[in-house]
Amino acid sequence: MSSHRGALRVHVALVYLFLYGPIAVLVGLSFNTSGLPTAWTGFSTQWYGELLHNEALLKSARNTIIVACASTLIATVLGTLLALGLDRLRRSPVLDAVVFAPMILPNIVLAIALLSFFTAIRMTLGLHSIVIAHAVFNIAFVCAIVHTRLRHFDHTMIEASIDLGASEATTFRRIVLPSIFPGILAGALVAFTLSFNEFIIAYVSRAPTSITFPVEIYSMIRVGVTPEINAVATIVLGVSFTLILLSQRLNRGTP
Amino acid sequence: MAREIIGLHGVSKRFGSTVAIDKLSLSLRENEFFALLGPSGCGKTTLLRMIAGFETPDTGTILLDGDDMTQVPPNHRPINMMFQSFALFPHLTVRDNVAYGLRMEGVRGKALRQRVDEALERVRMADLAKRKPGQLSGGQQQRTALARSLIKQPKVLLLDEPLGALDRKLRGQMQLELKQLQHDVGITFLVVTHDQEEALVVADRVALLDEGRVRQVGTPADLYERPDSRFVADFIGTMNFIEARVVGPDTLEIPGIGEIPAVCVGHAEGAAVTLTVRPERIDLIVGDRPPGEDLAAFQGTVQSIAYFGQDIAVHIAVDGLDQPLIARLTGAHPMVGRFRQGATLYCAWHPLHARILEK
Repeated sequence: MSSHRGALRVHVALVYLFLYGPIAVLVGLSFNTSGLPTAWTGFSTQWYGELLHNEALLKSARNTIIVACASTLIATVLGTLLALGLDRLRRSPVLDAVVFAPMILPNIVLAIALLSFFTAIRMTLGLHSIVIAHAVFNIAFVCAIVHTRLRHFDHTMIEASIDLGASEATTFRRIVLPSIFPGILAGALVAFTLSFNEFIIAYVSRAPTSITFPVEIYSMIRVGVTPEINAVATIVLGVSFTLILLSQRLNRGTP
Repeated sequence: MAREIIGLHGVSKRFGSTVAIDKLSLSLRENEFFALLGPSGCGKTTLLRMIAGFETPDTGTILLDGDDMTQVPPNHRPINMMFQSFALFPHLTVRDNVAYGLRMEGVRGKALRQRVDEALERVRMADLAKRKPGQLSGGQQQRTALARSLIKQPKVLLLDEPLGALDRKLRGQMQLELKQLQHDVGITFLVVTHDQEEALVVADRVALLDEGRVRQVGTPADLYERPDSRFVADFIGTMNFIEARVVGPDTLEIPGIGEIPAVCVGHAEGAAVTLTVRPERIDLIVGDRPPGEDLAAFQGTVQSIAYFGQDIAVHIAVDGLDQPLIARLTGAHPMVGRFRQGATLYCAWHPLHARILEK
């Protein structure tokens, strides 16, 4: 029995090593004075400091934050409304499939489709087009998360509120919204993370003024992996991890 | 007679092709505890929801204290409802749940605090006022829901299967508490239930519903002792049904068995009728000697005995009857130990204790 458990522990340790080993190396190297993967020459935060002088990178970070915030805002509002609407309708597998398809649609397909669409309606490319594109798949994610939350919501509470004299609007504000709020917030965090990390769409529909963070990093590594990139990757990793953990925590709370 | 508080006049409601409520009329009096009883799907919940305002009748009118409420939305009716699931707001404390209705009315400050305190006190929830519903037991949740729906002092309180979510033991206790509460607050209570025992225990009057119609309205004793149809007699309690034919004002003929004394006043001679007797009205007499002429009696053999502790149910097979007769005796009956399976005995009852129903 105990040897079984021991073997299991080794197995788990190996899986985690496999998953996180390379990432740990990357994080370690970002603090390496020499910046070379061949030798550890001492702890330093100099590469993080140098990032602050990389104008192109800082601008792309700003772009990404703008895109992520805007697309998250749009997706959160529209996705929540969509979930509320779906909740009122009778359950239909076809409708569900149509709504949630952008979640599983490969981004490259979405990217090409949107590019053709933007060209067809003669829209210029730029940050706004990336925002719209990110909002498209993020709506589906927010909707899915809020929709799940709504399914655990006791709808007689709406009637109870109205019975006690509240209007529909008051009921929504004081009963429905607080009950599904953790779901909305979790959806928003997921949307933000996805938009923050999204590369393909941002790459395909980029304009010279709308280079996002992942696209900028991509152009940097074409020259070669610099120690700066290790530092950038570590920061991105930290942000993504925090957001995902936060969203999981929020959605775990009892509805 | 007390003032009418709710008047339903020719109310109908259909969902698609199913008729939920069929031209139903009913009158509830001020300050009474009224129960709508019926099997599931009889329309009782639909009726309750129409009175609350969540459904609109297709035809007919609903009067509340003389005012036509038929088209008034639920948040403008002086009626409150306690939901089967209680529907407490999970993100609000007990106190805020109870205060919700008054806040919607614009009551603020000291007046609000005072009335909420009073309501919490009444249902003995003052100590738990800061808890969230998730931290309460079933009984506490129910008391919170009651306080919340009573705080606006509605003209009528509607209760949808109020005790359905509680376990059996707690239910018995809450039935009495509900009755006491209704007495204390002096508000008309209208409870919907499928549990006949609950209806009989809590209500002053009961309406038995079936397929969207009222089958009988009356006190619990009316329905139990004087059912006016086979449906009512069968739905409430246990009943023995015996097919018979009227042969005289005080005689019935049971085909294949013979004649027995009965009170047949009001039934035409020769009419086919159903004789009904409650199990507890049947006495069992051990031995071969028939009881007196003034009693109705059948000879039979004991088929089975079910022991319940406080009483026993004896099934007696009688030659000529399709169904065995069921007799219920208290556990204190002197002969309890003498009834053995297969024993021959007489089932007897006084004619006044049996009722004749038209077929």
